[in-house]
Amino acid sequence: MYTVTELEEKARRALDKKATFGDDIDLDSFDRTFVPHKYLAEEEICALPEDEQKRLIMSGLDVTDKGRGGTYFQKDTAVIHCHSDEEGIEVMPVTEALKKHDWVKEYFWQLVPVDQDKYTASAFLELHDGYVIRALPGSKSIYPIQACLYLDKENLQQNVHNLIIAEEGSELHIITGCATSPHMRRGVHVGISEFFVKKGAKLSFTMIHNWAEEMSVRPRSVARVEEGGVFINNYICMKPVRSIQMYPTTHLVGNDATAMFYSVIVGTPGSYLDIGGRIFLKNSGCRAEIVQRSISNGAHIINRGHLIGEAPDIKAHLECKGLLIGGGIIDSIPQLEGHVEGVDMSHEAAVGKLAEEEINYLMSRGISQEQATSTIVRGFLNVDIKGLPGLLKEEIDRTIDTSNRDTM
Amino acid sequence: MLIIEDLQVELAGRTLLKDIDLQIRPGETHILFGPNGSGKTSLLMTIMGYPQYVVKKGRITFGGTDITHAPIDERAALGIGMSYQRPPTINGLKTRQMLDICAKRTIDAGEMARSLNFEDFLDRDVNAGFSGGEIKRSELLQLKAQNPDLMLFDEPESGVDIENMALIGTTIAQILEKESPRAGNTKPVAQQWKERTKMGLIITHTGYILDYVPADKGQVLFNGVLACAGNPREIFQCIGQLGYEECVKCTL
Repeated sequence: MYTVTELEEKARRALDKKATFGDDIDLDSFDRTFVPHKYLAEEEICALPEDEQKRLIMSGLDVTDKGRGGTYFQKDTAVIHCHSDEEGIEVMPVTEALKKHDWVKEYFWQLVPVDQDKYTASAFLELHDGYVIRALPGSKSIYPIQACLYLDKENLQQNVHNLIIAEEGSELHIITGCATSPHMRRGVHVGISEFFVKKGAKLSFTMIHNWAEEMSVRPRSVARVEEGGVFINNYICMKPVRSIQMYPTTHLVGNDATAMFYSVIVGTPGSYLDIGGRIFLKNSGCRAEIVQRSISNGAHIINRGHLIGEAPDIKAHLECKGLLIGGGIIDSIPQLEGHVEGVDMSHEAAVGKLAEEEINYLMSRGISQEQATSTIVRGFLNVDIKGLPGLLKEEIDRTIDTSNRDTM
Repeated sequence: MLIIEDLQVELAGRTLLKDIDLQIRPGETHILFGPNGSGKTSLLMTIMGYPQYVVKKGRITFGGTDITHAPIDERAALGIGMSYQRPPTINGLKTRQMLDICAKRTIDAGEMARSLNFEDFLDRDVNAGFSGGEIKRSELLQLKAQNPDLMLFDEPESGVDIENMALIGTTIAQILEKESPRAGNTKPVAQQWKERTKMGLIITHTGYILDYVPADKGQVLFNGVLACAGNPREIFQCIGQLGYEECVKCTL
């Protein structure tokens, strides 16, 4: 464990360090000062203006709290709502948790290096808030916990740090939405997330992004999965955004640990999306799967996928499919690295266009060319996510449906 | 009624069909014979409206509407449907959803699939990893849901095992209203036959389909030209004995 002084020193040294991937953002041109917002009671959230509610719902935040086990809601730099309804599941603002509970320090900056780049450094030195969500040993969340990181103030750089801990034998489902208010255009979101999946625990984390056209986004997440643990990481981004660069990394450290990454990305003109994923399989019996679907309507999309097999009897597969509709670039970079005999690793990658033959086939069943096209695109985005509760799966399907109708 | 007059069709600049005249009346099913590469599939694709098959001459009318240059979906809306020999896979689209698309409403897919012994495939992506016989059953199921007036079948028996042949054959007969009349219907059989509206055009190599579907007429397509028309069984017998080489004489 590092001391705060050590972390601070490291962070200061990394303040100008560019990220390995993605375009560089001039953080000096953004504002990081705290923006006060009033804490809202549950009924007050329901009274938010309709267009804001719509944005929130699109990002997975159910304002009525129905079908949710708890809520964390941060607007700009301030926590405006935070509670848990489920026994054995804790939801707290990270700044408060750091003050109140000593154990939180055992997780804070343990997986993500504070000096990884200027974004991690900035998130340490000028942290606004973030959430700690912890499932106590053996507890099972019936409903997903929802977290929403909302940006409202023009030109803000929002620095967030999240800790997600699934204790031994627990089961935790989180749906997290990041969105901007309807009037906002320019801003930066830096989100540090550290995931701890303990022995035999299961954690699903579904992230839905709904940004504005001039937003730049730099999530930094690392997960550690112990023996028999399962980590499912879903990512959906189908709305215009200027730039996203992320490369979530998972370390499968225990025997028979499993990680699954699923991402659905639609990029519109002017977007630069460098989205990757890396999974280390460090012990026998580990399983990993990365499934990426991206559509470019004129965006520059880079899909990175990197699987590293370090122990025998591991199995890993990467599937990366891109569809070009109306210009843009899709750059697919799958990478497999086997370090010992007895690894079983594979990948399939494809970049293509809509198949005329498929459109004609559907048209001969009586639907128009537009409907046929949208049906094929919808099918392309249909990723069979394993291990999610039925309701959450339906919700993801609905989100993709709605966004698909909006963008196509 | 389908009327094809003096049709000439090109694919990528090459003439595939010429001087085609063909009429299918409501209630009629025709069998299309011909060696490989004679243009049978091209004729079906042209009737369905695939844009790569360019009509250079002639006319196609269906139900009184000139559809010579109509797009595929318009033809489907007018009541033309096709069972494909090798349809594409649609990833992410479940067969169950495809049936709703065909029927233009939410249907009881399970109920419909039962008759074709296809319930297990409803939640699989359309045609993904289907065997030859499974594709045929899937196509028939879609056609059944779509229920068009004119049905084009491209080799419905190919790849089908003996066990499923009867299933395929009787289903085609059923959707084309060519089943044996059942006892107990108050209407006289002659009237039932007169009131039939479905039309069929079936490509066959093996002739098995003739055992199940009492077809009205046979047509032989040879080198892009309709060489003869007549009793389908007679034509099939003749091809079996003399081969398609005999057709050369008839096209001279």
